[in-house]
Amino acid sequence: MNVHRTLVTAGRVLAQLRADHRTIGLMLVVPCVLIGLLAWIFQDTPVFDALGAPLLGVFPFVVMFIVTSVATLRERTSGTLERLLTTPMGKGDFMLGYAIAFGVMAVLQALVATAFAVWVCGLDVAGPLWQLVAVAVLDALLGSALGLLASGFARTEFQAVQFMPAFVLPQFLLCGLLVARDRLPDVLHPVSDVLPLSYAVDAMKAVTTSTAPGSDVLGDAVVILVWVVASLVLGSLTLRRRTP
Amino acid sequence: MMNNVIEVEGLTVERGGRTVLPDLSVVVPAGQVVGLLGPSGSGKSTLIRAVVGVQVVAGGTVRVLGEPAGSPDLRHRVGYVTQDPSVYDDLSVRANVRYFAAMLDAPRSSADDAIAAVDLTDHADALVGRLSGGQRSRVSLAAALVGDPELLVLDEPTVGLDPVLRRDLWGLFNRLAAQGRSLLVSSHVMDEAARCDRLLLLREGRVLADATLPDLLERTGTTDAEGAFLALIDRAEEAAR
Ligand SMILES: Nc1ncnc2c1ncn2[C@@H]1O[C@H](COP(=O)(O)OP(=O)(O)OP(=O)(O)O)[C@@H](O)[C@H]1O
Ligand SMILES: [Mg+2]
Repeated sequence: MNVHRTLVTAGRVLAQLRADHRTIGLMLVVPCVLIGLLAWIFQDTPVFDALGAPLLGVFPFVVMFIVTSVATLRERTSGTLERLLTTPMGKGDFMLGYAIAFGVMAVLQALVATAFAVWVCGLDVAGPLWQLVAVAVLDALLGSALGLLASGFARTEFQAVQFMPAFVLPQFLLCGLLVARDRLPDVLHPVSDVLPLSYAVDAMKAVTTSTAPGSDVLGDAVVILVWVVASLVLGSLTLRRRTP
Repeated sequence: MMNNVIEVEGLTVERGGRTVLPDLSVVVPAGQVVGLLGPSGSGKSTLIRAVVGVQVVAGGTVRVLGEPAGSPDLRHRVGYVTQDPSVYDDLSVRANVRYFAAMLDAPRSSADDAIAAVDLTDHADALVGRLSGGQRSRVSLAAALVGDPELLVLDEPTVGLDPVLRRDLWGLFNRLAAQGRSLLVSSHVMDEAARCDRLLLLREGRVLADATLPDLLERTGTTDAEGAFLALIDRAEEAAR
């Protein structure tokens, strides 16, 4: 592990993103459009206040998953990864470099989406706003880390895109947004207790409903962080120096 | 001083269920430009990948600069250029070369020298994705030169280049060898054989010849590398019959 190589790699990934204005635009605008639509559909009902915040955690998760898994897959298919692995760069430098670059994007995205939800759509948040942003950033990081891991199992761009529904939709069904987690069937409840998106949604719910959600959110945040670290470690194991 | 920079013994590689290199043994001497020639599909890239340690091998040993191929110690000392340019299309030429310089712990200033060495100074600020194929492959070459490695392993670095550029790049390779670097360069342009100190002719994963060009011409009674290569193939088929 080497701090300089990690940071230079993060800078390189950000420079690539910066050259792609449309992707940056999509990353920042799409969550706002979805949240705006939601607020509009459920105007004059309490539904937006109940669903808005959890979805504020789900959107960055999904967007980051897709962007990261495609970006790293591109690195594999273009041969740049093969070449990088013949240089002194470590696998950890590569994974962390990507995580930091997309972490920066996650902060931007969370700030824009939260500001839009609260100030434009009038989302009611009982707890401190900074915690809402912090959880959204964690969710985005989680999406990035799982995306890095998933791309290790994809050979083509088509497969990488298919991993989105495979990795993300089951978590979405079980995270407590459609049916409260304690009302899930007996087999599914423990499954939802393991999946990270459940904690992302729990944390978001806590921030919106409680005026002092600190300890609940911290507990959830720890679980999410453990998942982030575990995915990065597992993901770096899928980076093989030797290929067939 | 080592005599051989690459020592391959009994190397066996299987790819896609086929044996691509059956029991290959070969050495590359230090301080020379060694040309790896052979028809498409003969296993040049596979051998090169084994030398830089990115190829899963089924058997045999590959030692590079005295170490097993792919060992961490070699990562500063061996420069590798893949057959398809492996650089970032969405970054400028300079940003690409600087990035690889940072990965190789080379000084930032060395990037401009490497870009000049492949004659791309005029395009240093252009996005790689907007360059021609030949220009892109030169960016890929610059990204390996920038680390000033002891051994350069280049997979078809001159494909798609015009005669003037090819002459200049081979001039660069010969200069590097004169400075004590070693180079293994694959090509299927037979007339480039004249620029190599030594030739390795590969066919269907086997070494057909390992000699200097004059030796080869004398042995086959031909006047150019292409003729020599064809004569060797004829002989091999004769012997097989
Ligand atoms: N990724 C791969 N998976 C499976 N088989 C492969 C793969 N790459 C190459 N091969 C097989 O290995 C053999 C040797 O290929 P290799 O790329 O080493 O040839 P080459 O001499 O470099 O050819 P060229 O001059 O066309 O680049 C070929 O028969 C090819 O079908
Ligand atoms: Mg090849």
